[in-house]
Amino acid sequence: MIVGERKPMDEILAMLEPHRRVLVLACGGCVTVCLTGGEKQADELAALLRLAARKKRRPLTVDVDCITRQCDREFTANLKCNPADYDAVLSIACGVGVGFMSELYPATPFLPGLNTTFYGASTAKGIWQEYCYGCGDCLLAWTGGVCPIARCSKSLVNGACGGTNDGKCEVSREMDCAWHLIYKRLEAAGRLEELRKVRPPRDWRLDRGGGARRLTHEELTDEEVRK
Amino acid sequence: MTQPVSKLQAALAAGKFVVTGEIGPPKGTNIEPCLHEAEKYLKDTVLAVNVTDLQTAVMRVGSLAISRLLLERGIEPIFQMVCRDRNRLALQSDLLSAYVLGVRNVLALTGDHVALGDHRQAKCVFDLDSVGLLAAMTNLESGHDMGVDAKGNPNVLDGAPSFFKGCCVTPCAEDLDMQVIKLEKKVAAGAQFVQTQAVYDPAAFEKFANKIAHLRVPVLVGIVMLKSAGMAKYMNSSVPGVTVPDPLIQRLTDASKDDREKVSVDICGELIRSMKGLCQGAHLMTLGWDHCVPAIIHAAGLA
Repeated sequence: MIVGERKPMDEILAMLEPHRRVLVLACGGCVTVCLTGGEKQADELAALLRLAARKKRRPLTVDVDCITRQCDREFTANLKCNPADYDAVLSIACGVGVGFMSELYPATPFLPGLNTTFYGASTAKGIWQEYCYGCGDCLLAWTGGVCPIARCSKSLVNGACGGTNDGKCEVSREMDCAWHLIYKRLEAAGRLEELRKVRPPRDWRLDRGGGARRLTHEELTDEEVRK
Repeated sequence: MTQPVSKLQAALAAGKFVVTGEIGPPKGTNIEPCLHEAEKYLKDTVLAVNVTDLQTAVMRVGSLAISRLLLERGIEPIFQMVCRDRNRLALQSDLLSAYVLGVRNVLALTGDHVALGDHRQAKCVFDLDSVGLLAAMTNLESGHDMGVDAKGNPNVLDGAPSFFKGCCVTPCAEDLDMQVIKLEKKVAAGAQFVQTQAVYDPAAFEKFANKIAHLRVPVLVGIVMLKSAGMAKYMNSSVPGVTVPDPLIQRLTDASKDDREKVSVDICGELIRSMKGLCQGAHLMTLGWDHCVPAIIHAAGLA
């Protein structure tokens, strides 16, 4: 799932400064699960915005709405509020949602209430951990399921650097050394041979190096879209 | 074997016990003090001098420039190269630049993360890792770069360089087998010599030396001067894979302020003596105490 964190309140208030009528739009997808962009968080954020406006004696109307997913055209039919009726929409979806909705409603500014941070999963109550980086060339088959691109702070492909420290990364003692995890996994599985192979440098075209990426299922596309 | 490309390679090939030193370029354009120190204390005492490459991710004068200036002063440099700051185009280009400037010894390193340095908002590159950088050097030596032409054939160089290629290892790391596997890959990618992270435990080093004997690659044991008990404790708490045994810390604690430098030199000398039979040389990292290098070599019984 995509994980996001709410932007600092000051930044949100600065974004909304020119606007009088604002819709806080939640997303029922990933960000609801990681407890940052769901309906409950939208209600909380709206209350904070109203409070901040009242403190500054600034007129501000804040409504709240939520759709199942902001990254899918079909769910916009479920909007109870019309984005066009507002000066701005503060979307607390991930960046995909904000970008997609901006395209669907070009006349209304969609502002990001979250910073989209990573692809992750919840490892313990209240904790989400990055697992994938979307690098476009998955290595997990030979790394024991631990991604060195997402979880090694240097995205190394041939093993730990000199900064591995009792299983932790030189960047932070709170962070596991991904290569230590990979080593332990492969050792336990009797597959250390995987680590002995020299891995070639990455083809970064598959990552962001080749610009924005797209997936096309030819058999599903309309001819005019294909062009 | 083909003709050695550097004094360092020749000495190791001849089976001599080799000592190398290290300098860190300054932050700013005032390079004379660093070059002066190298000339005064390292020129006639060590065989070659490592020039660090933005060590600990702190912005400084580049390693290549200082390597060339050392050459002009009759000192053989070991050009350190990290993967943190340059992509494969810049790394390969700088390798060609190094070669045309007369630099032959190159030490390939991953490089500390920018989070450890003084530009923490910078973007890390790590297009290649240390294994990839060694392979890139080997590839340049074969007359090619990493790119391909329109037909998919490797680009051909107009003149190929030749290097003495080095790498690093942490011999006293907790996950020693993991270190050894990576070292094997570095050697497979072309590494011809190894300079190690600091070692203070000869018994642990012996274990490491036995584990890598099959690689038949010359190893220069890393000797980092312990300037004080505080520094030793700092290394234990903060430097990955380095453990300073308590008795050494005690000796530094017990030493009077005037005596401390001598104790520090003595420790270096003893470490080299005790590990001399297990390796092919020593790499001295004096962290600014370059004036101690002659005394360390004397204490090690090498002069």
